[in-house]
Formats: sequence, C-alpha cells, structure tokens
Amino acid sequence: MAQDSYDVIIVGSGAGGGMATYQLANAGLKVALIEAGDFYDPAADEQRTQLRFPWESPRRGASTRRRPFGDFNACIGGWELDDEPFTTTEGTEFMWWRARMLGGRTNHWGRISLRFGPLDFKRQDSDGLGHNWPISYEDIKPYYDKVDKLIGVFGSNEGLYNDPDGFFLPAPKPRLHELYYIDGARKLGIPVIPARKSILTKRINNQRGVCFYCNQCDRACSVHADFSSSTSLIFPALNGGKVDLYTNSMVTEVTTDDTGKATGVLFINKKDRSLNNLLAKTVVLAASACSSARILLNSTSAQHPQGLGNSSGHVGRYLHDSTGASRAAFIPDLMDRDIYNEDGVGGMHVYTPWWLENANLDFPRGYHLEIGGGMRMPSYGFGFAVNQYNEFLGKKVGGYGKQLRDDIRRFFGARLSIACRGESIAQYDNYCELDPTMLDEWGMPVLRFNYNWTKNEIAQAKHMQETMEALLEASGGIPLGDRPGEDENFGLTKPGEIIHEVGTTRMGAESQTSVTNEFCQLHDASNVFIADAGPFVSQADKNPTWTILALAWRTSDYIVEQMNKRNI
Amino acid sequence: MNRRETLKALFLASASTGIIATTGCSTSVNPNYRGKRVTWTSLDSTYSYGRTAVEKAHDQDLLQQSYFSEHELVTIATLCDIILPNEDPNGGALDAGVPDFVEFIVKEREIFKIPLRGGVMWLDNHSIEHYGANFINIAESQRLEICDQIAYPEVENTQLQPGIRFFSLMRDLTMTGYYTSELGFNDLGYQGNNPNTWDGVPASVLKRHGKQYDDEWLSKCVDQSRREIIAEWDDEMNLIT
Ligand SMILES: Cc1cc2nc3c(=O)[nH]c(=O)nc-3n(C[C@H](O)[C@H](O)[C@H](O)COP(=O)(O)OP(=O)(O)OC[C@H]3O[C@@H](n4cnc5c(N)ncnc54)[C@H](O)[C@@H]3O)c2cc1C
Ligand code: SF4
Repeated sequence: MAQDSYDVIIVGSGAGGGMATYQLANAGLKVALIEAGDFYDPAADEQRTQLRFPWESPRRGASTRRRPFGDFNACIGGWELDDEPFTTTEGTEFMWWRARMLGGRTNHWGRISLRFGPLDFKRQDSDGLGHNWPISYEDIKPYYDKVDKLIGVFGSNEGLYNDPDGFFLPAPKPRLHELYYIDGARKLGIPVIPARKSILTKRINNQRGVCFYCNQCDRACSVHADFSSSTSLIFPALNGGKVDLYTNSMVTEVTTDDTGKATGVLFINKKDRSLNNLLAKTVVLAASACSSARILLNSTSAQHPQGLGNSSGHVGRYLHDSTGASRAAFIPDLMDRDIYNEDGVGGMHVYTPWWLENANLDFPRGYHLEIGGGMRMPSYGFGFAVNQYNEFLGKKVGGYGKQLRDDIRRFFGARLSIACRGESIAQYDNYCELDPTMLDEWGMPVLRFNYNWTKNEIAQAKHMQETMEALLEASGGIPLGDRPGEDENFGLTKPGEIIHEVGTTRMGAESQTSVTNEFCQLHDASNVFIADAGPFVSQADKNPTWTILALAWRTSDYIVEQMNKRNI
Repeated sequence: MNRRETLKALFLASASTGIIATTGCSTSVNPNYRGKRVTWTSLDSTYSYGRTAVEKAHDQDLLQQSYFSEHELVTIATLCDIILPNEDPNGGALDAGVPDFVEFIVKEREIFKIPLRGGVMWLDNHSIEHYGANFINIAESQRLEICDQIAYPEVENTQLQPGIRFFSLMRDLTMTGYYTSELGFNDLGYQGNNPNTWDGVPASVLKRHGKQYDDEWLSKCVDQSRREIIAEWDDEMNLIT
C-alpha cells in the first residue's frame, strides 16, 4: 500500500497550503501536495467564468445550490457539499463554506489583505477578554513584508498604529459612489483610506499579468492578476519540479508510529474510491481551520487516543468567525447617471479601518467598514423592484411598458452599501467536533458544530447599525428598509457566515490550553504542523488571509531550520 | 413534434404571418412576437462557461423537463410583452427570449412554481369573470385594463392582491430577463465587462456631481502610464518605480 516517501506532505492547497508548498519546494524539499478538489486554472477557457456575459448562463447568473454566490462565481463548493455534510448541536447555528478545488477559497475570496496590528496580538492586555497570542507583531512583521512583495497588494501607507503600513502597490482611484462615501465619512470625522487588496495594479514579475479592471475577482483572474494560491504560488512551485500534486484526494487521517510521531497520511482517491497511504518525514495540515481539526480528531491511535494533537482536548475549541452586518441606501444625487465603464477592480476601492480604539464603548474590540455600489454588470436580480425608489420621490411604484426602461436607467448605480466586519471574542464553548453518528461519503465522521454569539457581539452589531445609518445619511443617502432591532440581533450575521473560520488549533506556550506552539507545530507530535487559520488565538477586526500567509511562511522557515538541525 | 417544438413552431408561425395562431387547445400567441429569440432548449457546443460535469448534467436535466403548459407559457409571454413591449432599436422582452428564461428559472426555483401557475389561473378567472374569456383571448384593450388594475403594488384593494403580487413577480422576472440579455445591455447602455484601464471618474461627471479628487489621495493612486514597470520599493516602504 505504501508508495513514495516525501520530505513533506501538505494537505490542502488554499492560502496556507499554497504558501507552504511554495516555500518548502523552493527550499529543495520533496513535497506532496494533496488536495480534495480538482485541478483548476482560471486561464483555461473551459474553466473560465471571467468576462462571460449573463446570457451565457441559462439562469442569467443566478445562484444555485452549487454556486451560492452566483452562476459565474469561481468557487466549486459552497455552503453545502453533496459528499461532505455536517451537523450542528441542537439550538446552535453554524454556516460552513468550503471550496473543493486547487487553490481552495482563494480562487474567489474578496482579496481584502489586511495585516493584523500590534494590538491585535495582545488584546487580552487591553480588555482582559480572551487570550494573547504567544507572538507579537514584531515576530510576524518581516513575513508580512515578504508576503507583500511576493504576492502584491495595493494600498497606502497611512501611519496608523494598528493598521500597519506595508510594501504597497498604488491604489485604484475611487469610483463616484466612493467619493460620496468619502465626503460623508469626513463630515462625521470617520477616517476613510484606500482599500488594501491583493490585486496587481502594477506589474510585480513577468509571470503574472496586470489588472485590466473587470470587477470580477470573485470569478478568478485569467491573467493571474489577483492572488489565488494556485496561480501565484502553486503553479510556480509545480514548475520547479519538486512537487507532486495529488488532486481529488481526500485525506482522512495522519498516520503515526509507536513514538507518536507522524509517518504520513491516509487518503481516498475520489476517482476510484481507493484508500492510499503516503509516507513523509513531516506533515503540514492546511485544509482550512475546521477541516484540519477534523483530520486531527479522526487520527486516533494508542499514542493519541483523543485524536492527534488533542491531549489538551483543545482541537476544535475556540472556533470563531468575524461578526458582520450590512445596510444599503438610495442616493438621489446618483440618479440619471452618465454611463461609463465603472467596473474597476473586484470590490471596493476605499474602506474605513476601525477608528474608535480606546473610546468608551459598551462592547469590546472593533470592526472595519467595506463599501459597495457602482454601475455594475447586470446579472440575475437586476431590475427586481425596478422603481421601488419612486416611493421616495412621491411617484408611483410599479407599472409596465416604456416607463420601466426610463426607470431602470434612472436608478442604475444610485446605490451605496456598507458591510461591517468585526472581531468576536473566541470562546472555549464554541467548537467543532466529530459527530459520532454520521459519516460522509468517504467513510469519515462529519463535523458537528456548536456555536453561540455572546452579548458582546450583539452589542457590537448594534453599534455597526448606528454607524452605517449615520454614514449612509451623511453620504446623501436614504437608508433602505428598517434598521434591524434587538429581536433580530441588530442584523448580526450568523456564526460562520463571514467565512473567516479560525482558532480550532490555537497556538500557545502551554500545552494544556493550546494545540500548537508559536511555530504552529503540534505540542504532541513534533513533525506535524498547521498552516491554515487554526492556530489563530484571536481574529482581529481584519480579514484573516494575509496573516495565514505570513504565518505559513514563518512556519515553513521553521520546518526547514528544524529539518536542517535534524530535530524533525 | 414534442411539446417544446410545438410551442416554438407556434411562436414562429405567428412571427412570420403576424396573425394570431391558434392550436387545438385554442391558445393564441401574442401577435407582436418577432422571432430573434435567445433560446435554451438543449446544451450545445457553445455552452461553456466553466461548468463542472455535475452542473452540465443538472442543466441538461432541467432543459429536458417542462413545467408550464402551452397555455400558461403563452399567457406568460403575453404578459412579458405588455411589461416590456418591442421598441426600436433594442426590441422587447420577447425578442430577448424572456419566456424561455422564465420557464428555466421556474424549473430550478421551486418558490416560483405555485405563484406563477396560480397567478395565470387567477388572471384567467378574473378575465373570464369580467370579460368572458381567458386573458389571452380578450381584446388587447381589455388586457391593458386588467393590467392597469394590478400593476401598482400600493393599491389597497384586497380582492386584487393576488393579481398584484403575480404581476409584480412577472415584472421582476421580465425586467431581469431582458436586462441580462444582449438587447437589454444595449438598452441600458452598460459599458463594462471588457479589458480597460480604470483611471478615475471622467472629469465632466465629477463636475456635474460637484466632486473632486484631492491631491493627497491622488498621490496614493496608480499612475497608469507606469503600470507595466515592475514594482520596487526602498527600505522605507516607498514605491520607487
Ligand atoms: C466569498 C469569500 C470572500 C472572502 N474574502 C476574504 C477577504 O477579502 N479577505 C480575507 O482575508 N479572507 C477572505 N475570505 C477567506 C479566505 O478565503 C480564507 O481565509 C482562506 O482562503 C483560507 O485559506 P486556507 O488555506 O486556510 O483554506 P482554504 O482556502 O479553504 O483551502 C483549504 C483547501 O484544503 C482542501 N481540503 C479540505 N479538506 C481536505 C482533505 N481532507 N484532504 C485534502 N484536501 C482538503 C480544500 O479542498 C481546499 O482546497 C473569503 C472567503 C470567501 C469564501
Ligand atoms: S478586476 Fe483585475 S485582477 Fe480582478 S479579475 Fe478583473 S482583471 Fe483580474
């Protein structure tokens, strides 16, 4: 059954797995990259959804169960997978998004690329809640710097202490609705700065192209001008000849020897449903925070009866997601617009970082604001409630005939939306575990989630709603719908809905209360490492991926060093 | 001929002759229909936008099913034509293949099935009650009289509510179907979805809206004439190329 032996097996090809593959292969190690999904390259015409028109889809781009974010979205996966269900404990909720494809979720992510700041690693010091990371900003800063240069991110140096500067590419100019937002925010004294996104507004090497402003990064870029783990890290690594890529290969277990050290992995070849054993000196799990926890929990042995790395009982614990809330407004001044190509890059050109540090608030931690709007390409849903804004103009809503053509043009792009993304406090009681009663199609126990928000997150959402309403009004907008009240948790998104799963294998100095050390190395098995967001101690009011990439690079350097010293 | 082909022939016949065609089940077609439809009857070789095999099989499966009867589909087409009639130069809902789109999306989205089927029934019952025949068989002026009653959501007449809700759904589907077609793109004047170089809001537009870019912000923005020059930084994080 056993075949080749590798220096390193890497499980999962998303942000963390891609970075580990790139670094470890470049260091000369022989790498096996194992990915549960299929091969994917947005440059291949048969896989390309970029620059397609809505009428190329029989459903005009509408979402489906298999493409929850629209028929042209690049993700193969979504909230439900046919072959890998999951469950929740009674009375709790969790939404779990998964991609099953080369590059994982980085094919269609928002590319918002934010460093965590110095405060974010030591939050317990300021509010006494949760725990500090065992590392500080200074430990990770050199890696953020290197990630900026290797992958490319546009933004601007603003000298903000907790939103650190970086090696940025220049930002795209704001669009018209963003200028309305800028004026509105300034009126209220709320900062607004260029967005920070891993999109190449300027060339960084001769392999990847430069952005041509199609606004479709969620469809993945055919010239590789936005960061996807596959296009930017894995393809170059594959070209180096040190990497064997196994696709459609689902890892179910890490195998261990009598001393408790890892010997390799077991995986199912999804094409022929065969079970395979692959051997390696070191195993790196990067299957996403929850999937890596699942593999560890499923790797039981005499040495690791509670699952690999789980002597502390902490694998799966402290799972947390970002908080979120959103609101939109009609901007009367944006009626009857001159129409020009306003696509720009995928997503926003401007944003507001958290600005109320040290303010006296009734909730801990903060959030940032993401801005939306513009004359975007029509897709399914465009033209629904076509003239609902007539309500604000004292005109009749509804009707038929020629007048509707005028209405749709009148209101095209007359909208501004804001989405907040905030930090929750990691809780021991929010976790994922193996469900003892249910298997997936590959014979592996599925995950069961147990997750509840606390009063802190709800209080934060209330503040988000107040902020958004004030900003939309200051920008010249009429907020749409009613502001959600207490009965709706102030519009707080469901746990998991923001798709920032982190914390399931958190790092720490003490092996009783954490799963890995500061180098993402299991306390219980020195040759097993985690390269996704599992080791996060807290999530910050930022999106997680830039930190996943920096940590994965740091971990890779440590692996090489430890291998050279023959410690592993 | 299978059912779909019959229906297609029915439409085409009316298109070529310009007269109301009738079939055995006394269905008539809107006389304004002009052909030029975008049809999705089966997946052919042009169907390629990054679908997985599973997705292709699912779509094929949907395309082979029928949900609406001919009568229902013709009624829906008639409403589509009232909501967005043909107009130079970009045609109308029928030219953009909206009925086909409605049929497809209804097969995929269960939530539309009953409201649309029941809506057609309501419309016919209402039409028979007031004008003595099904909606498609009454005079055009009578059809418009009915539409005038149900096209405005704020009307408070409770008896008409089911019709109002049905008409709103038909308006939503017609508008989205048309404006996601090539004709609709032309009608709207949408300019994007092609490679370009975004360099900010046009000056005339800025002026019209009383907005401007301040110099400090602009200094952080991309100089499009240098986008092809490989980025380099000094040690202080300043871009130097
Ligand atoms: C719509 C969307 C928008 C987002 N926007 C942002 C954003 O703007 N900024 C940001 O920072 N983050 C964003 N995120 C989150 C971001 O995508 C993730 O943080 C990031 O991709 C995580 O990387 P990862 O390597 O941990 O996991 P993933 O990218 O999820 O990759 C994990 C890989 O492991 C594979 N795998 C899983 N289980 C197994 C197994 N048993 N065997 C083999 N392979 C396996 C999966 O198939 C997958 O390819 C967004 C996510 C989504 C979905
Ligand atoms: S906006 Fe730019 S980077 Fe994003 S997909 Fe389009 S061309 Fe590529």
